[in-house]
Amino acid sequence: MALISRGFSGRRSAADAKLPPGQYLTTDFPVLSAGPTPHIPLNDWEFTINEGTQVLRRWDWKSFRELPTENITADLHCVTRWSKLDTHWEGVSLDTLLADIETDAEYALARSYGDYTSNLPLDDLLNKQAWIAFRFDDDDLAPEHGGPARLLVPHLYLWKSAKWVRGITLMQEDQPGFWENLGYHNYGDPWREQRYSGDE
Amino acid sequence: MWRVATVIALHDETATARTIRLEVPDWPGHVAGQHVDVRVTAPDGYSAVRSYSIASASNSERRIAITVERLPSGEVSPYLTQQLAVGDRLELRGPIGGWFVWRSEQTEPIQLIAGGSGIVPLMAMIRSRTAAGGTAPFRLLYSIREPGAVFYRDELQVLSEHDQSVSLTYAYTRATPINWPRPPGRIDAATIANATWPPNLSPTCYVCGPTSFVESAAGFLIASGNSPDRIRTERFGPTGDRR
Repeated sequence: MALISRGFSGRRSAADAKLPPGQYLTTDFPVLSAGPTPHIPLNDWEFTINEGTQVLRRWDWKSFRELPTENITADLHCVTRWSKLDTHWEGVSLDTLLADIETDAEYALARSYGDYTSNLPLDDLLNKQAWIAFRFDDDDLAPEHGGPARLLVPHLYLWKSAKWVRGITLMQEDQPGFWENLGYHNYGDPWREQRYSGDE
Repeated sequence: MWRVATVIALHDETATARTIRLEVPDWPGHVAGQHVDVRVTAPDGYSAVRSYSIASASNSERRIAITVERLPSGEVSPYLTQQLAVGDRLELRGPIGGWFVWRSEQTEPIQLIAGGSGIVPLMAMIRSRTAAGGTAPFRLLYSIREPGAVFYRDELQVLSEHDQSVSLTYAYTRATPINWPRPPGRIDAATIANATWPPNLSPTCYVCGPTSFVESAAGFLIASGNSPDRIRTERFGPTGDRR
């Protein structure tokens, strides 16, 4: 039973109905990062899919951009409680990037420039649920938002959508990523409000 | 798990920011730099939660302080800074966060860089150092709009006068005190060179403030020779925030 805060009325809006519990709507695009923003020249950029020490697939920027792309409309939910609705992105589906890879791995670790990592079940990257996004609102993705390219997994809290992504490692056993090691939930479903470790 | 906290004191830091001291009987303790989630609930059951950095040092008295800056269009901060009274109760979750923290075991030089209300978690680090009798050399570069907007002014002044190993530099962005040597302006490469540790001392740098401030301060730190992996950041506010 929540404690009533004398004198607090709060603001409610029609859009709240579309929001997961405990979130509020913003029209800005806040930035949360643990360290400085890396700036990666496109000539140096690469994206790999690994399993163990083996590199299964590798793209440079040119070959990556030759892959078929999709336009994505997604709601974003940050664990710090802001949500931003109907955002527009362009990216390459993980279904495309993982096509034809034979694996019995059940988990994946997104790896980023700047050494950020985030883990999730491999199933959450498949079936039109995840992209490597490189355009936001018809502009190249800005470095502070993860450009040149970031993972976009909008059905999980946004820390799972690793900025400055450089690859995916397929794993037999789950391995916590950066925030998952620092008190945040291992899975991070905003609709079940899985913010911190210990949340159901 | 939500804990019930009772407001035991209120103190205005500036015209728009208030420090709220809370007693939390089951507080498990915290590390400097961590934050709490604060939940307020209207009589009809509608509730809102916001995160606030803890301003107080780690202590065993089960008391914490947060400092809240009132955002003109905010939903929760106007309530916390204008209506909340001593004796009122709040719900808290935390402490939260294990990255943007300073622990008293750290002995290396520490560079703190605050933009506006980004001073709050850095103040917790300074206070924790003092409370632990720490000797790690600290420098604080505090970028602030004008003299009247400084949080914790007297405490910072006393500390920098009495403790040779805590040095304090203000960088005013809009208006300065009379006869201030540096004209008002945002921090730049020269400010960073003059007011921060030489990179060869390998300081750990903590930068907290609005997004645009953190982006630029972290960029100058790297350009002057600091390693990106020695720089920890905490950002707030929208992408294009200017203050």
